[in-house]
Amino acid sequence: MLSKRIIPCLDVREGKTTKGIKFKNNVEIGDPVEMAKFYYEAGADELVFYDITASHEKRDIMIDVVRKVAQTIFIPFSVGGGIRTLEDMRAVLLAGAEKVSVNSAAVKNPDIISQGARAFGNQCVVLGMDVKHVGQKTGIPSGYEIVINGGRTFMGMDALEWAQKGQALGAGEICLNSIDADGTKDGYEMALTRMISENVNIPVIASGGAGTPEHLADVLTRGRADAALIASMVHFGTYTIEEIKAFLSGKDIKVRKS
Amino acid sequence: MPSVTLINYGMGNIPAFINIYHRLNITVEVASCPAQLLRSKKIIMPGVGSFDWAMTRLNDSGLREALDEMVMKQQIPVLGICVGMQMMAKGSEEGCLQGLGWIEAKVKRFDQAAFTSQTHLPHMGWNDVMPVRDNPLFASITAPMFYFLHSYYFVPGHASQTLATTQYGDEFTSAMSNGNVYGVQFHPEKSHNWGIQLLKNFAEM
Repeated sequence: MLSKRIIPCLDVREGKTTKGIKFKNNVEIGDPVEMAKFYYEAGADELVFYDITASHEKRDIMIDVVRKVAQTIFIPFSVGGGIRTLEDMRAVLLAGAEKVSVNSAAVKNPDIISQGARAFGNQCVVLGMDVKHVGQKTGIPSGYEIVINGGRTFMGMDALEWAQKGQALGAGEICLNSIDADGTKDGYEMALTRMISENVNIPVIASGGAGTPEHLADVLTRGRADAALIASMVHFGTYTIEEIKAFLSGKDIKVRKS
Repeated sequence: MPSVTLINYGMGNIPAFINIYHRLNITVEVASCPAQLLRSKKIIMPGVGSFDWAMTRLNDSGLREALDEMVMKQQIPVLGICVGMQMMAKGSEEGCLQGLGWIEAKVKRFDQAAFTSQTHLPHMGWNDVMPVRDNPLFASITAPMFYFLHSYYFVPGHASQTLATTQYGDEFTSAMSNGNVYGVQFHPEKSHNWGIQLLKNFAEM
């Protein structure tokens, strides 16, 4: 039986992880390659790297990180953030990543999804979506709107329509991030996750709001998500992946045991 | 000394295989021309993307003739990965091009409408793989899970080809072998220690 995936997400700026991350043993680690190795050995099913390097000139640093990660861990990982062109995608995939995630670039130019899918296969292209609840209104029938720039810019696009369009254009997976839930540790945005997951045919990764193993159990069952993204709850040592998986197992949710 | 040759026709995560074999201290070569292929002892044919696209890339690579020679005439072991496995069949529902035809088999699409529980395609993530007969490919591997990423699956022409099965909607053949021809639907290069062991087994068979 297919397992639900638990996916730690690492923010990387100019080759370093951004937050003062502490694992349970209190060792501070700022090197994304070391962190990838830690999570690989700790039972992560997949990893997501999000490049928040501001300047385009310094993006080669990230490619170097990707290459080193690929030499160190043997589970799938995706890279997102700042992917604007087919060449950006190619560089990341050639360095050894499984998938690339496009977000605001796809909002501005949806063709990048179909171009990427044609060139590298649908399975390589993840559509990242940042979503805010705005209530039902003209042009936003689902009540959820697509935003970019960390939630500051509203795009006038309905989240459900965009998810379905992304799928039609060839995205192989959706990483669905709720801007409202992000950083709250109060749980994933259940209604949003379930609505998207039930109305597309491709896998959906829930993102934003994870604070306890219960939140993951919820979004993987009631929320119908295929995978759950986690960040601070493991980065700061509140929980280990093993503890999370043991909890999910206890709830009869199938997870991979290493 | 075991050594493995990867077919480089522009498809698949070649760096992942190279990194694993380097770690295992097993010689690995990447073949981009026929001469390299003709001196190979074991061949791995990676694959991602669509059937026709992968077949087109292989047919245009200039490697096709040497590959048929090594696999069909010299009978050296070959391992197809994901679409690389599917390409070994006669053809696929996904495309119009002919497959390599090394094995009497077809490739079909998962019937999402007939699924009762899981409804998402591709079949993406970690799933159980249950060997149905003894084979060196699965030596020292117990109760494994491997990483899958596909919407089409291999339908063996004879039940004897099936080496392992997996459940997704229904049961399907997730690993097969017939003589020197081996295929796995999952990605051993991304399947942690189980995958590393399988790739080691293939090199040492």
